[in-house]
Amino acid sequence: MLLYVLKRIGLALITLVLLSMIIFFAGQVLPGNAGRAILGPFASQQAVITLDHKLGVDRSLIVQYWSWATRILHGNLGTSYQQQAPVSSFIFPYIGRSLKLAAFAFVIVVPLSILGGIIAALNRGNVVDRVLSTTSLSLSTVPEFVSGVVLIVLFALGLKVLPVSANAPPGSSFLIQLKYLILPAIPLVFILFGYIARMARAGTVEALDSDYVRTATLKGLPRWVVIRRHVLRNSLLPTITVIATQTGYLIGGLVVVEKLFVYPGIGTLIITAATDKDFPTLEAGVLFIGIVYLAATLIADILYTVLNPRIRLGSAE
Amino acid sequence: MTAGIDPVVPPVDAEAASAAEGSPTGAAGALDVSVGRVRREQLHQLIRSKAFIVGSVILLWWIVCAIFGPLFAPYNATAANIVSTQLAPAAAHWFGTNDVGEDVLSRVIVGARDILEIAPLATLLGTVLGTTIGLAQGYLRGAFDMLVGRIVDAALSLPIVIVAFLFVVAVGPSTLTLIVVIGFVFSLIIARTVRTAVLQERELDYLAAARLRDESVLHVMYIEILPNVLGPILVEFTVRLGYAIFTIATLSFLGFGVQLPTPDWGADIAINSNYLAAGYWWETLFPALAIASLIIAINLIGDSIEAVLVQ
Repeated sequence: MLLYVLKRIGLALITLVLLSMIIFFAGQVLPGNAGRAILGPFASQQAVITLDHKLGVDRSLIVQYWSWATRILHGNLGTSYQQQAPVSSFIFPYIGRSLKLAAFAFVIVVPLSILGGIIAALNRGNVVDRVLSTTSLSLSTVPEFVSGVVLIVLFALGLKVLPVSANAPPGSSFLIQLKYLILPAIPLVFILFGYIARMARAGTVEALDSDYVRTATLKGLPRWVVIRRHVLRNSLLPTITVIATQTGYLIGGLVVVEKLFVYPGIGTLIITAATDKDFPTLEAGVLFIGIVYLAATLIADILYTVLNPRIRLGSAE
Repeated sequence: MTAGIDPVVPPVDAEAASAAEGSPTGAAGALDVSVGRVRREQLHQLIRSKAFIVGSVILLWWIVCAIFGPLFAPYNATAANIVSTQLAPAAAHWFGTNDVGEDVLSRVIVGARDILEIAPLATLLGTVLGTTIGLAQGYLRGAFDMLVGRIVDAALSLPIVIVAFLFVVAVGPSTLTLIVVIGFVFSLIIARTVRTAVLQERELDYLAAARLRDESVLHVMYIEILPNVLGPILVEFTVRLGYAIFTIATLSFLGFGVQLPTPDWGADIAINSNYLAAGYWWETLFPALAIASLIIAINLIGDSIEAVLVQ
């Protein structure tokens, strides 16, 4: 068990290194001439060469990656080209706002989608199941900004019950702030609902078909007790993994939702950095998303192990 | 062991020969005739499926728009008109006009072109590349499989939109960049599916037979295994096509996809959503509904193909 967890952590670390290489490659190597990008097309060649040397981009790739990686490991995220300030000096408030929106969406979607999946499974094959499954899958394949636009038109412009913007006036109470986050959170909920509900449905269906549930039913337990004690305990295990995996995508979907709702989170920061070709900020933002995702996957793996007696007590994989 | 394999060899050879000719019903072996019948029955079943028909009709409509859109769009999609800006939907402009007076209906019709050009090409590239990687991973196993598996994990540890975004930003947006970047990213995901399918085939007798006949690795991969894993690959293709449209629309919305003034649904939404708060909803809503209808159409088609193949 301990061995298994250690192995998982090791794999996650390897993935993190590879991920950092991908980000390094995309951010530092592909754009080509960094000096030219910063100084613009009218700067002299000499100035570009001098700046390239100052930035260190005229060295070999391995040397560059090594110094880039060690610098980040030391907590130095680099200096933003655009803001002329260390990335670490301004990135955290953006991350905080994004986490607030993500957490809100998460708190809505997890109970809702598990409930949806269980209801679909208990009605397996009939209209309720088909409507739930089809709608949720369709919703999860439509981009966040598309459902977001429809929601804004319906609820903010049509019914006028919710604000168009995601930004509550400064000094608003917590509840008012949440009210402003409802519309931005729903597109994120849509995307995740389909995946989690499908997993919860599949797990529940499998448990319902099992011998132990038949035994429980045959020995005369009320249906509700069978479901609560025998079905749910077993059916929600795979769902936990999916929930954790989807957390990463939740953070990714933020990029789109934040742009549509003009919400100053990590997504907005990444888009602005990308538009300005401010690679240090862009890299830090993307790296953050990657780390959140990896951490979520790792937690999912470990939770799954801890909760599943077959892995916990048996021999590690 | 050889006794068990011998009877299997002739039909496998026949199938391999027919696959080499490029037609599954080409050779006149008993097995091939039955395979042909199954395929035809599946096709009939598909055409009878309501979801498939609805999806195909919507998709066909957008394909017609993509090819012939400029011919039947009521206005020139890129003709700005400063005297008729931000007009609400009415008889003259069914979907209204945008901030520079362009006809929204015309832009929605013509806007189908780029996305329907980039998405299938990107998905095709991803499928061909991913199939090759997945076949090699599943059949060769070993260090290659491990290495590619790790790279896939790393690339997929970011949301696909973000990976594509990162690379498109780095290289600069263009149609070719979009196709290549999305194709490469998707190939990793498709490789995973193909690998799983190949692993299931790996232990079957026909592969043991091929190995005994000392066939080359490429022959085994493409002639023996590939025809048997085409089903999952086809399903994966339609699923990925939906996601390609999702990704391209999203990149355009973020400002790194199809570039203005080319009419594009995602890019139009990005610009026009600035006017949502002012109440000009039509110029944002209609392109959004266009994206939704296209993606849902492809999902309907994909689901019905999968339903037929799984049986």
